[in-house]
Amino acid sequence: MDINERRRFEETTLPHLDAAYNLARWLTQDDHAAEDVVQDASCRAAKYFHSFRGGNARPWFLSIVRRVAFDWLEQRRSKQTVTFADELHDRSEDALNPEYLAIRQCNAELVRQALDELAAPLREAIVLRELEMLSYHEIATVTDVALGTVMSRLSRARQQLQRRLASTAGTE
Amino acid sequence: MKMNCREIRQLLEPFADGELDLVRHMQLEEHLAGCTTCAGQLTNLQSLRSTIAAPSLYHVAPSALRERMTQSPALLAPKTEPRSAVRSPRSTAMMVASLLVVAGASFSTGILASRSGASADDQLIANVVTDHVRSIQVDHLMDVASTDRHTVKPWFQGKLDFAPQVPDLSEQDFVLSGGRLDVLADHVVAALVYHRRLHVINVLVRPSSEPDSREERILLRQGFHLRNWVQAGMSYWAVSDLNDEELDEFVTQFRRAVGPEKS
Repeated sequence: MDINERRRFEETTLPHLDAAYNLARWLTQDDHAAEDVVQDASCRAAKYFHSFRGGNARPWFLSIVRRVAFDWLEQRRSKQTVTFADELHDRSEDALNPEYLAIRQCNAELVRQALDELAAPLREAIVLRELEMLSYHEIATVTDVALGTVMSRLSRARQQLQRRLASTAGTE
Repeated sequence: MKMNCREIRQLLEPFADGELDLVRHMQLEEHLAGCTTCAGQLTNLQSLRSTIAAPSLYHVAPSALRERMTQSPALLAPKTEPRSAVRSPRSTAMMVASLLVVAGASFSTGILASRSGASADDQLIANVVTDHVRSIQVDHLMDVASTDRHTVKPWFQGKLDFAPQVPDLSEQDFVLSGGRLDVLADHVVAALVYHRRLHVINVLVRPSSEPDSREERILLRQGFHLRNWVQAGMSYWAVSDLNDEELDEFVTQFRRAVGPEKS
């Protein structure tokens, strides 16, 4: 990569560094891993920069970040036993009959905990939507799933969050 | 075709997320206006959403990481280009050149040429970025926190020897959140703080003797986008991590709102 392309790469990706780190951090739930993931993703992004067709760089860069993050999760999972896949498939009725309960005033720590307890794909969807303000379409691009899947993941994430927030707050 | 409550509930989330087509969006609005149960559901949903969208839940990239990303030799171009390259007219090094030539040529040209080391303008640009970073990190974003420009504008009175314009851009979805005093190159400047989503836009304002006709400068430093322009006797620096398109949109709206009149 020559100096001009390097500059162009920097100008394309650096503005999205916070977004990249935020997503990596929420997925890996680990400060150091998140930094590693972002750096790794940057190297990959630099390598495949020629395939970037211009336009909005954020979804493109984030899609690389989340792939690296899930690789990391996968690797760690082979060492420990993390069962987010199972959790993802239960309560599928949530998305069909959503009911929105009032949630209590809760501090950021409670919300953080509730988010951390979500299955990674649900957490990913809700972080991209509520903290990165991506549209359904952009989330679908980043996470490489159908629009309908994005919607049901968001819905399930919200159902589980409000349940956790309501119950956590209630047992105080 | 009228929708019943059950059908409405299915669409509440895409409605709240702004993802419905116009027709259905209006159908929902109409229904919500007359149905307190569904409206209550929407309120609950919205309060959940705003709870999750708390800025404190956003993990900002550590500055060490940002530094590594801009300095790692394996990953990046050399950080310090040879000085001789600054004024060389090589057009091939377009990106580099545009940054450096702008840095070298503008502002108060007379002083710059004779200075050794980093140019005063480079220093100024670095200060603008530092101001922005500090304002976010040290939690000194605002001295006066208000979304009302009629509060922010008078606040500066008596603290500055000029009166900065404080445009209201909330209709363009750039929300004024306050103002503060900052120091830029030994001068006290007004800093206006706007938000779009979770992104902060700092606008630093100070008097300038340069003409309005001076071309707008577009810079990128440490991953932050910068715009600098002169309007009605004021020099404006807008700094943000917002993407280029949205920052340009902001500058356009801001300039339009400030207008040509000298205040």
